[in-house]
Amino acid sequence: MTPFPLIRAMDRGGLAFVVLLATIAVVVPVLNLAVPPTSPFSVSTYFVSLFGKYICYALLALALDLIWGYCGILSLGHGAFFALGGYAMGMYLMRQIGTRGVYADPIRPDFMVFLNWPELPVYWYGFQHFPYALLMVVLAPGMLAFVFGWFAFRSRVTGVYLSIITQTLTFALLLGFFRNNFGFGGNNGLTDFKDILGFNVQAQGTRAALFAISTLALMTGFIICRAIVASKFGKVLIAIRDAESRTRFLGYRVESYKLCVFTLSACMAGIAGALYVPQVGIINPSEFSPANSIEAVIWVAVGGRGTLIGAALGAVLVNYAKTYFTSGVLAPYWLFMLGGLFIAVTVLLPRGIVGSVNHWMAERRARKATIGSSPAAVAAPRAAE
Amino acid sequence: MLGLCSRWLTLVFALGIYAALPIVAFAGPYEDALSRFVTNDFGDTTEAINGVAASGNPLAAVVIDALQDGRLLFSAESNKVFFRDSADQLIDAVTGQPVTAGTPTDLAPVEINNRLRRVIEAALGALTLMVGEPDKRLEAAERVFQSRDANALPALDQAIAKETDGRVKQALKEARAAVVLNLDEASDADKIEAIGVIRSRGNQDAVALLANVPANSSAAVKKAATDAVASMQGGLALWGALQNAWYGLSLGSVLALAAIGLAITFGVMGVINMAHGEMVMLGAYTTFVVQELIRAKNPALFGYSLAIAIPLAFMVSGVVGILVERCIIRFLYGRPLDSLLATWGLSLILQQAVRTGFGANNREVGAPSWMSGAFEVGQMTITYNRLWIIVFTLIVFVTLLGLLRLTRLGLEMRAVTQNRSMAAAMGIRTGRIDALTFGLGSGIAGIAGVALSQIDNVSPNLGQSYIIDSFMVVVFGGVGNLWGTLVGAFTLGIANKFLEPFAGAVLGKITILVLIILFIQKRPRGLFALKGRAVEA
Repeated sequence: MTPFPLIRAMDRGGLAFVVLLATIAVVVPVLNLAVPPTSPFSVSTYFVSLFGKYICYALLALALDLIWGYCGILSLGHGAFFALGGYAMGMYLMRQIGTRGVYADPIRPDFMVFLNWPELPVYWYGFQHFPYALLMVVLAPGMLAFVFGWFAFRSRVTGVYLSIITQTLTFALLLGFFRNNFGFGGNNGLTDFKDILGFNVQAQGTRAALFAISTLALMTGFIICRAIVASKFGKVLIAIRDAESRTRFLGYRVESYKLCVFTLSACMAGIAGALYVPQVGIINPSEFSPANSIEAVIWVAVGGRGTLIGAALGAVLVNYAKTYFTSGVLAPYWLFMLGGLFIAVTVLLPRGIVGSVNHWMAERRARKATIGSSPAAVAAPRAAE
Repeated sequence: MLGLCSRWLTLVFALGIYAALPIVAFAGPYEDALSRFVTNDFGDTTEAINGVAASGNPLAAVVIDALQDGRLLFSAESNKVFFRDSADQLIDAVTGQPVTAGTPTDLAPVEINNRLRRVIEAALGALTLMVGEPDKRLEAAERVFQSRDANALPALDQAIAKETDGRVKQALKEARAAVVLNLDEASDADKIEAIGVIRSRGNQDAVALLANVPANSSAAVKKAATDAVASMQGGLALWGALQNAWYGLSLGSVLALAAIGLAITFGVMGVINMAHGEMVMLGAYTTFVVQELIRAKNPALFGYSLAIAIPLAFMVSGVVGILVERCIIRFLYGRPLDSLLATWGLSLILQQAVRTGFGANNREVGAPSWMSGAFEVGQMTITYNRLWIIVFTLIVFVTLLGLLRLTRLGLEMRAVTQNRSMAAAMGIRTGRIDALTFGLGSGIAGIAGVALSQIDNVSPNLGQSYIIDSFMVVVFGGVGNLWGTLVGAFTLGIANKFLEPFAGAVLGKITILVLIILFIQKRPRGLFALKGRAVEA
């Protein structure tokens, strides 16, 4: 056994996943940058930015799976934390534009000049410094999740009520960010980014680097989630998911556990959003729309809730399907497919893809164990609640 | 050279006019005034308009109307004024007879500018004071009230003396008061009396008028005006609050209609139906289809189109609801979060299906005559469609309440809501109740769609705009109790409308959302929560 507790927390599949992500983080940028485009091994920049986007979604799905799959909190507003992280990064990128904007104002972004704002609002201060922006990427969603969660969990809002309230949260933010006087560019959001840490965001090298960083972030996120789930803390989370009242009666402070994991998950979603924005080049209020958040839930459901790997795979899979179908002649039917996916997964495949595979393997192992011992207790997690 | 030439021509014409003048001048004030149009000079035209208007000639209104539309023509050569009537026939402005022979060759329209347009408006206002329907006279009086044109004073005095309709007479008096107040020659006593008349009007226009008394008025007049404004503000604020309350009731009734079905399904089955908004949309599209069929087959039935659409919408949405319950929801019992996701998927499918079938654009749904229009109560305007929707909501509510209290189905539904397993043990087929409940909730959503088609755009996204608000109502009001839904809907509706003037529509909405999140802290199960052991499970 290795001396590192983090590695010890890994099962075999988890280790394979970490190795896979590390390989992708190295190999894809190399194939994109060093291999000539004519070579069959070359990876196009289009592919890099497309999958860079998916990887960010995967990190969001991972964050969602941590609270839904292991703690039974179905958040229909995780897109809000994702978007907040994105906005924090977007504000940094806006400040980097400087005099290259349309109005060439060294301090104020274009939309503020356009709206006749005399000076930079106080909450925009400090965003020219990258470390401060990074801090806000984690802090803004984290604080919101902490305050919201403190109120919600303390008064024992659970189940569908909590889902509806989280949806309301993101809806309220959507309305707010659409307003011009909110100070975040209103309808158009933040865009026209020039460079990040001095590197041009459009450049091939920057894109490859962002891809690598996103993949490493996903890897780190996975390791952290895995460590949490395998720890004693994680066991309590699972206990809360399966029998909240019983866990409370056993003496655990359920709301503290929930608040802790909810805030952590929001921070992860914020980081995902921050990595997403420089890759797509825009952040606008539509990221807050409740439909986006609920779509993230279906990624997790497709991949398999409570499996972590499944959540990440589900995000990439569903989004690849979305890109594939919405760009072809099948575009008008994509929503039918997405809707059908929601129904099919919940009715026919409640464990998701990875969950079902795990379940099937566990059953097979149990059958193989000829001696009358009890079947392997690795059964995939039950549905939340 | 050219200048000299034109000056020469002017001289010739001037001589010509002088030669003709005696004949015209003796013909009377109307003809006299009319002749001034011929110079096509803005100053002369102003005098001509006022002269024609004051002459009392029956053709006066027609001539000024023609001037406004650029149909008034003059011939400098023959020193005559003509106008074209609606049939494009040339009419002699003096006689009112069509010109049969000898049309002048130099006909040109009399030019007007913006200042003249205001003069024309005022003159027309004064002219129509005495003729036409009472509504037209009322409108004319209103126009004078707005223009405060001093020239209208004689006409107003005449009109007040002749007027028999009390409502129009009051309007005329107010218009006269508005004119007097702005008349420099009027005495202070007259002006203060005028302020009294205007004050009795008591609306926003009156406040605006009194707040802007001419700067050269005496101190006494100014004081009287300020006092009057102060006394009117209180009344206006009250009416403003009433109007807001009315808008709030209207919004609340819409929310209640949309949320009642949701509350029933949630209460009985613990299922949040995310496709509920789409059931509303189906109801609205049913109305559209019904109206299209009626237009095509039997237009005489149009007045009954909504009455026909209501049961059909109930059936369409209800059947879809039962199908959904039998095919999807019943496999997801005990998994409320999963049914939430599945119904969300369903809502995507239904939206896209309607988009494919009917197109993404808004569809036109007409209103029968008894639902269009408005009437006024004091200072507030009440539109018939909103009024009917409130009445309709109450009817639906009472019917539903009766259904739950008095019928067998209602009894069984309440039993399942309170304790599912005990109800099953007592021989209630809970599966059947679930299907019927889901059908009923969806059917009511369909009915709500019929009502919403009258006040909102019928588009595939119709349901989406109401679903979050409906959830808020259910969360706020609590489940399993229809009164909670009704109280919740009206509270939210009214709170929304009262916050809007202070905070703006969007910020008002955000405030409401935040307040609800805070409210949930105090009462996690809503205003009218069911009490009992089963509910806590």
